[in-house]
Amino acid sequence: MQHQTIVRPRAHRPIEWDIIFGKCMTLLFYIILFSYAAITIGPFLWAFYCSFRTAADVNKMTIDFSNLTLSNYLYIAQKSPLGSWYMNSILIATIVTTANLFFNSLGGYALSRIKFPGRKIIFLFILGTMMIPSQITMIPTYIILSKLNWVNTYWGLTVPFLTGSFGVFMMRQFFMGIPIELEEAARLDGLGRFGIFTRIILPISKPALVSQMILIFMGNWNSFLWPTLLTSKKQMYTLPVGLNSLQNQYYSFQNQVMAGAMYLSIPMIILFLIFQRHFIQGIASTGSKG
Amino acid sequence: MNNNKKHLTLNMQEIVSGYLFIAPILLSLIVWTVGPVLYSLYISFQQFSFLNPSAAKWVYFDNYIEVFQDKTFHKALLNTLKYSAAVVPIQTFIALVLGYICSRKIRFKTFFRGAYYLPSVTSSVAVSTIFMFLFSGKGIINIFMVNFGFEAKSWFATPKYALMLCMVIAIWTTVGTFMIVFMAGLADIPNEIYEAAAVDGANEIQNFFKITVPLLRPTTFFVVIIGLIGTLQIFDYAFIISKGEGGPVDSTLTIVLYLYKKAFKHFDMGYASAMAFILFIIIFAITLIQKKFFEQGMEQE
Repeated sequence: MQHQTIVRPRAHRPIEWDIIFGKCMTLLFYIILFSYAAITIGPFLWAFYCSFRTAADVNKMTIDFSNLTLSNYLYIAQKSPLGSWYMNSILIATIVTTANLFFNSLGGYALSRIKFPGRKIIFLFILGTMMIPSQITMIPTYIILSKLNWVNTYWGLTVPFLTGSFGVFMMRQFFMGIPIELEEAARLDGLGRFGIFTRIILPISKPALVSQMILIFMGNWNSFLWPTLLTSKKQMYTLPVGLNSLQNQYYSFQNQVMAGAMYLSIPMIILFLIFQRHFIQGIASTGSKG
Repeated sequence: MNNNKKHLTLNMQEIVSGYLFIAPILLSLIVWTVGPVLYSLYISFQQFSFLNPSAAKWVYFDNYIEVFQDKTFHKALLNTLKYSAAVVPIQTFIALVLGYICSRKIRFKTFFRGAYYLPSVTSSVAVSTIFMFLFSGKGIINIFMVNFGFEAKSWFATPKYALMLCMVIAIWTTVGTFMIVFMAGLADIPNEIYEAAAVDGANEIQNFFKITVPLLRPTTFFVVIIGLIGTLQIFDYAFIISKGEGGPVDSTLTIVLYLYKKAFKHFDMGYASAMAFILFIIIFAITLIQKKFFEQGMEQE
């Protein structure tokens, strides 16, 4: 469309063109939407399907449901400490997420509501640490953890990650939006700060806590660099590190590797399908205040 | 008098509880961030090996000078910059377009949004493994290529394609996240503006370029910055598809992967620390330049 068409009064434009243009746009939108959905879902479906195929069939272009087998899944479960990897991943992600939720909201609350000397500097300091890439802390952290004999232990995989500056920041922003009258009433009833925090603030902060819970759990579950660095014993691997080792080991048996990929991604996909709304809210909340 | 005293003790309680509440975070940041940063800076001026820390010796700026002269570092830096330069604009553009369309009145909105976000919930290992399968020698992509009259390629063994595949994987996984960030930004644009534009006879394409894009500038800034910071630190895909080596012929060797190899394969930790600080400075500088660029753009409007 040329610039002139905007200036021209509406009545002079042939109305049919408007409608045709609008219809074309809608069609184009749906073509884009469906094509991109095929791009994101297609690879998953193909990988999922192939994880049930035999080694001979795995790369055939045909779709044939008669020859499918569970043996790839069974093979991986038998040949690798899959149970331990699941246990490690679940345990570590749960500990890290719980601790983060508690400590970050505790700190975020202090920064938003409690007046104490140095509060502003501490807030700026926490914001500043968000800028530091983990590559800088990686080497010293590894040295500290190996001095403590914490490499290949749950301690090493959890203790350095129990709080997060970004989480503190998110919680602070959320608490700033809660009307202060709620707390003042509770104070008059004689509740202390901790009482107010656990009984008044936390219960009404569910949306923010759920958003953060999802972000941290997902980040930790999918985390690769740190657990690669901090584990060398097979039994201590998390699921991503374990799957990567399988991938190197059984490279030529792609049907088995795909079964491994499904072991790793399906739990998160199921969580996503159940809590989709919360996932979306969590992501949206990171950006809108940025 | 009495009242004053009560007020004072209350105030003390406030202060004490404030410090207690913030203590876990401060402690954790001091032990796991500030301490390590200082220590990292310290050993970046030393020839420091993890295997023999007592033999560390001061070399002052030698590590930094060496990094700048290191041909392999140049290669890693170039790879990383190429990767960022390709991934950030493409993923931002796709996310913006999809976010825009998904914010309109369309059917199956939940389905599309969910489908686009799906790759983002999946682990980098699973995603890389799936792509390695699709692009393997006898994989489905090569079958398609042959069917359409092209030659089958050994994607991951060819330097030209290996890094490109990392880019594809990165775009594929991140678009969903940024699309949702864009949708949150789009929700803040009042509908009246579009309605007013419709009265003036503006069409969809004009709406997009004249209203949406300018008003979304702060969101776009956020997406570009987070994208840049993320891509400059690329590690997972490069590590996984090259089995930790950065090959073929260093074509997927990124700064963080090179740093990792130096620190934990050759145990040359002083050198690797110097590299980490150089990376930090690069990220910081690019962020500042971007900020300036975006602020200028906003002033012009």
